[in-house]
Amino acid sequence: MFKSLAPPEYLATIDREKCIRCKRCIQNCGWGVYSWGGDKVLINTSKCVKCLRCYHYCPEEAIEIVDNPTRFKQNAYWGYNHLRNIKRQAETGGIPLTGMGSDLPYTILFDSLLIDACQVTNPSIDPLREPMELRTYLGKKPSSVEFEKGRDGKLKLKTKMPPQLKLSLPIIFSPMSFGSISLNAQKVLAIAAKECGILMNTGEGGLHEDLFPYRDNIIVQVASGRFGVNPDYLNAGVAVEIKIGQGAKPGIGGHLPGEKIPLEVARARMIPVGTDAISPAPQHDIYSIEDLRQLIYAIKEATNYKPVSVKIAAVHNVAAIASGIVRAGADIVYLDGFRGGTGAAPSIIRDHLGIPIEHAIAAVDDRLRQEGIRNEASIIAAGGIRSSADAAKAIALGADAVAIATAALITMGCTTCGKCYTGNCSWGITTQRPELTARLDPEVYAERLINLIHAWEHELKEILGALGINAIESLRGNRERLRGVGLDTQILDILGVKPAGR
Amino acid sequence: MLEINAGGMYYRDLNQKIRDAVNSGEKDITVRNVNGQYYIGDGLRGKSTITVEGVPGNDLAAFMDGPTLVIKANAQDNISNTMNTGKVVIHGNAGDVLGYGMRGGKLHILGDVGYRVGIHMKGVKKQSPTIVVGGTAGDFFGEYMAGGVLILLGLNNDGRPIVGDYLGTGMHGGVIYVRGEIDKNNCGAEVGILDLDDEDMKVLKESLTEYCKDMGLSLDEIMKKGFKKLIPVSLRPYGNLYAY
Ligand code: SF4
Ligand code: SF4
Repeated sequence: MFKSLAPPEYLATIDREKCIRCKRCIQNCGWGVYSWGGDKVLINTSKCVKCLRCYHYCPEEAIEIVDNPTRFKQNAYWGYNHLRNIKRQAETGGIPLTGMGSDLPYTILFDSLLIDACQVTNPSIDPLREPMELRTYLGKKPSSVEFEKGRDGKLKLKTKMPPQLKLSLPIIFSPMSFGSISLNAQKVLAIAAKECGILMNTGEGGLHEDLFPYRDNIIVQVASGRFGVNPDYLNAGVAVEIKIGQGAKPGIGGHLPGEKIPLEVARARMIPVGTDAISPAPQHDIYSIEDLRQLIYAIKEATNYKPVSVKIAAVHNVAAIASGIVRAGADIVYLDGFRGGTGAAPSIIRDHLGIPIEHAIAAVDDRLRQEGIRNEASIIAAGGIRSSADAAKAIALGADAVAIATAALITMGCTTCGKCYTGNCSWGITTQRPELTARLDPEVYAERLINLIHAWEHELKEILGALGINAIESLRGNRERLRGVGLDTQILDILGVKPAGR
Repeated sequence: MLEINAGGMYYRDLNQKIRDAVNSGEKDITVRNVNGQYYIGDGLRGKSTITVEGVPGNDLAAFMDGPTLVIKANAQDNISNTMNTGKVVIHGNAGDVLGYGMRGGKLHILGDVGYRVGIHMKGVKKQSPTIVVGGTAGDFFGEYMAGGVLILLGLNNDGRPIVGDYLGTGMHGGVIYVRGEIDKNNCGAEVGILDLDDEDMKVLKESLTEYCKDMGLSLDEIMKKGFKKLIPVSLRPYGNLYAY
């Protein structure tokens, strides 16, 4: 066979002195790097993706995965990936795929924003002593409220409130479908969402019956492939999301490779086993805001008016689009920045289309306020939220809540190796191979995800305490409490944030 | 039998009335004076038959799961969007984007249909949708089709082409039967044009017998002309698109 001219990225090495020939590495590697040679473990390092599963399961610390020192000559302009992709394309004529969010060194605005804190004149609050309110309601808010006196003489709310989604804290899990991730990974999300009083999202792949017990913590998604969508499904969760776009691949559809379509996934999606599940780029019943409105209300009619969220990728004209979405009747606008993760996307799209979520939040929040419709819909921000600090900054820029996916997968073992599209994930997350998915015990890993959410919850409370405020509501859109470092005036203007020192 | 007068009624109120009637067990409902109301039968379940007099608005029978809707006039866009089971019979022409993502049930149209009909229909053995179009169809007929059956008869086409461009583009499941000849130039690259075998004839006759009964047409008359079938040449039309 013709040897690829793209040298392996990593070298999987075994210290032969330490190795006790237990063969665990052979069992654990989803990519088939190791095999048994009769007296020792053989290594086909060209398949290694540095997911580190073997390293973690080697009882003797005998394995080391190193970046291949034999690289193309360093060149500040022709990067490693440029050469590698050209060589792969020359060999296959195909589009290189990738998983996870873009790792290119574009400016990360979250890392150029700092949060305020109280000193002397405005006392901070001790979250260990004082109650801190993180509860968040997603949905349309009335522009005014009226009260009336009840028979008992007490004041009662007269205005009929539109339906709201109640969250214990302003963090939810981003949509990830059964198919793109394993059912066990979905269960981890569902268990954690229920335990933490937040929400998970089915993505576009139907709702497996094992998730029915978690329906109060589930948003169901409708996307262009309409996989798994029937009236039961629409009514199964607390809300319905129409997916127009995804930050990692704005403007292009979904493509679940046939390798990830075994019988159960095929059945949930109602397509033949082993075909590629294709979600067309646009929804062919939505070519305009008016069409979107029709689908939003068709769903509302079919669900007795559950809240409807519309998810879009953050793109250049995001503010105007979001305004249209709100006017079309959406209860929630879900913005996904270009750093957002994916199970499979052409790397050329992932790395070069869209805009960062930080700009998008600020632009959308501004626009909706200018138009006097900010109360008509909540904003969820997603696409690269790495920590509670990113979450707090996103909320201060104007989001009502953030959505996380990669961070959640990392608690399940993911090392962001980026090879999710192969269906070989050694951690049992983005694969449907039963021997791999079986390793992800939902109960065990849910515990870890719950820990993460609780830790972020504490951190958010600490941040609020330091800011001297006791409710997340007071941070929402409060850009006065952010400062920019090293940002030019135009970016500061877009973000509506002052430079540090002012 | 229940009659509802839809004259001047807001769609939300009308649909609530229909839903209440179906939920209370009414099996035979006639809705008169319909004039463009949206979402009739949207998400509706049960086994009732609803006859619509007048032209219903967009999104008829979206997500519908069980009932039969009989439309005595023309109908508009987005009919049977993601419909699950049930049946829609239209004694006239219908617009664009019919049966989008349809999962089951039947959509019978006497006359012509517009663009983007039957996009991404899907089906498994037990549950499979069927659309029969009596007249002609526009571009993108059966695009991205993943399952189910599309039948195009081209009756009374007065010499006009039976179907537009991009027929079956991206098709990766299901089957399209077209009465008459198909020009390969009108088809997506992903489909092959074949003659019908016995199994096809069985499927076709079964579907058309029901269609002819609904529309008062003669099956023999229709079957006088030959059919061609379109199926995907690959389960993975885009399998070679990517470098792994
Ligand atoms: S388990 Fe992961 S890190 Fe180890 S050899 Fe396989 S691909 Fe490489
Ligand atoms: S989910 Fe699995 S394949 Fe995807 S980046 Fe994480 S470890 Fe790699």
